[in-house]
Amino acid sequence: MYKIITKKSLNTTVTQMEIEAPLVARKAKPGQFIILRVDEEGERIPLTVAGTDKGKGTVKIIFQIVGATTLKLNHKNEGEYIEDFVGPLGEPTKTEGIHSVCIIGGGVGCAIAMPVAEEFHRLGCNVTSIIGFRNKDIVILEDEFNRCSDRLFVYTDDGSYGKQGNVTVPLKEMLENGETFDEIITIGPLIMMKFVVLTAKPFNIPVTVSMNPIMIDGTGMCGCCRLTLNQDGKRVTKFACVDGPDFNGYEVDFDEAMSRNRMYTDFERHAYEDTCNLFQKEVA
Amino acid sequence: MALIEKKNEMPVQTPEERAHNFKEVALGYSEETALNEASRCLHCPTQPCVTGCPVNIHIPDFIAKVKEGKFEEAYQIISETSSLPAVCGRVCPQESQCESKCTMGIRFEPVGIGRLERFVADYHNSLSYIKINVPESNGHKVAIIGSGPSGLTCAGDLAKKGYKVTVFEALHTPGGVLVYGIPEFRLPKSIVAKEVDTLKKLNVDIETNVVIGKTLTIDELFEDGYEAVFIGTGAGLPNFMNIPGESLKGVYSANEFLTRSNLMKAYKEDPITPIMKGGNVAVVGGGNVAMDAARTALRLGAEKVYIVYRRSMEELPARKEEVEHAKEEGVDFRLLNNPVEILGYNNPDDPRDPKNGFVAGIRCIKMELGEADASGRRRPVEIPGSEFVLDVDTIIMAIGTSPNPLIKNTTEGLEVNKRGGIVIDESGLTSRNGVFAGGDAVTGAATVISAMGAGKLAARGIDEYLSNKR
Repeated sequence: MYKIITKKSLNTTVTQMEIEAPLVARKAKPGQFIILRVDEEGERIPLTVAGTDKGKGTVKIIFQIVGATTLKLNHKNEGEYIEDFVGPLGEPTKTEGIHSVCIIGGGVGCAIAMPVAEEFHRLGCNVTSIIGFRNKDIVILEDEFNRCSDRLFVYTDDGSYGKQGNVTVPLKEMLENGETFDEIITIGPLIMMKFVVLTAKPFNIPVTVSMNPIMIDGTGMCGCCRLTLNQDGKRVTKFACVDGPDFNGYEVDFDEAMSRNRMYTDFERHAYEDTCNLFQKEVA
Repeated sequence: MALIEKKNEMPVQTPEERAHNFKEVALGYSEETALNEASRCLHCPTQPCVTGCPVNIHIPDFIAKVKEGKFEEAYQIISETSSLPAVCGRVCPQESQCESKCTMGIRFEPVGIGRLERFVADYHNSLSYIKINVPESNGHKVAIIGSGPSGLTCAGDLAKKGYKVTVFEALHTPGGVLVYGIPEFRLPKSIVAKEVDTLKKLNVDIETNVVIGKTLTIDELFEDGYEAVFIGTGAGLPNFMNIPGESLKGVYSANEFLTRSNLMKAYKEDPITPIMKGGNVAVVGGGNVAMDAARTALRLGAEKVYIVYRRSMEELPARKEEVEHAKEEGVDFRLLNNPVEILGYNNPDDPRDPKNGFVAGIRCIKMELGEADASGRRRPVEIPGSEFVLDVDTIIMAIGTSPNPLIKNTTEGLEVNKRGGIVIDESGLTSRNGVFAGGDAVTGAATVISAMGAGKLAARGIDEYLSNKR
């Protein structure tokens, strides 16, 4: 059992928790993830590590309430426990040889992008951050990004906060003005990452994308998280849990990944509605 | 007394009944049947059955106790050499091991050793009071990585010798393949839990949610005071065929399909973890895992389940008993067929059609057997122009696994062979001092009992290694 030390709502659908898990806290690096189960009989879900406090032995997670499990997780309070918490899994984000980096986060993906930006800042890199949201109400982590970025661009789809447009707008402007980066790292919805890759391509700048497929064990056993890379004209199967979650954005087959992520859409919607109803009954 | 030529039949659920439930297929001997079966043992002086057992259970001795009706004493004899009798009595391929050597088997049917072992273990587990002799601690710490059959066996043997054993398990439940892979109807999970409890009573600590190679490394285990380590991490990443369409929705590895059903309990009503149910299912492969996947799909409500295997029944590697059970339940064996492409659904008029990207069928080609290959089996050769399509909604790839990279990548000096299996010597020792290994992590996918044999061998190796060090 793993104790919830702190819980904070970042916006109406995004919650931050610090979980007591000293072994994970000791090891976790930016880019890695954990897998948790809220309760006995619960499903296993992967969440990227949003930060650690080695002194307190805690791991920070930030999650959006999108399904039955995240809804149940959000129902837990400080001082309560979750059943299982295992990690750190996956490979950390590579930082060697990078002196200037552009970090692009979208929506709740910013929660994962933030510790990566912090790490590059700590290493003395020049950090440009672009964070994008649908609208003003769901902007998260702006202060945190401000602290670790040399430059920060905040964009919303509807222009209700920051500048109007999606994250590729400032990226394209910078690249067209002759700016360059050693690496672009993007974390967010698959469709956003796909367009970041397309935007960067004419300028030949390496792009790392953080993949978030459906997973079960997360340790290289079940093969559920497989994705296809196009490498030298060949299609190669990789596993996000042990080979990733970071991949070369130019190689990833995004359309296939998007299709695979929708495999259980119907099931997930029903499970979410059932759980909602359950909680409403409890309240009534 | 006249010899009883035939083995006592094992009572089973009828195929019609069991094909729709997850309850155990075989129901076990009654006391009366067990006594009768035990009386068939000739107690021949050479005891060939013992050499046929990978963990060398004293088979004639335990059968003698059964004959006397002293079932608990029979259990004690089995447990001297086996840590998981109730498991082995169910999943061991006895027909190619102990029973294949039985003297009775020369002229008649061999003694039902596996069935007797299961009877004895179930009898023991049904007792409300079980005495466990906890050995005196010798103060030496050993770490076991993985709680599958090799790890549990190694842990049990070392604990009985007084070692302080900790088992590290990556998943949330101990048991490894016994809980995520082998289905409930072949091995009820309550039996695995019972065997794990027995180990806990021997003062074995089991730490779930620890991934060695990630949460902790082998070097850190030594820093934490463990004097020897056993790696029993199992087989690893599933293989795919590298044919078009394998990433379509509805294509599973057997590991994923079985893990969803078994470990994550997707077979229950209103499951928390989703799985595709119903429709037509093709399972590619001919091993025990393929049989488990096919029979699970059937029980989840599939209308039609095919086994697609590229060789013939003669080469099919699954246990005969499993094949027979699968056939009786209605699994359709499409032998000498090899998949060449998985076809997907794509509605050209509606890119948002929810069925887009799901499996629509599997294109196969017919094969014939040619010359024998390096494995001694006749090599399947494609028959040109014989392609055809099976209409299926779900495809399960059960064609083996490749080693997991996590421990190899984080343990300097750990030698692996060209297939990625960990290299060991005859005592189970790897290229690293104090680090032993066994089971599928060494051999690639094999059987539960061979993994147990490897765990046993390594326990002996670890005991000798630590005794010499002192």
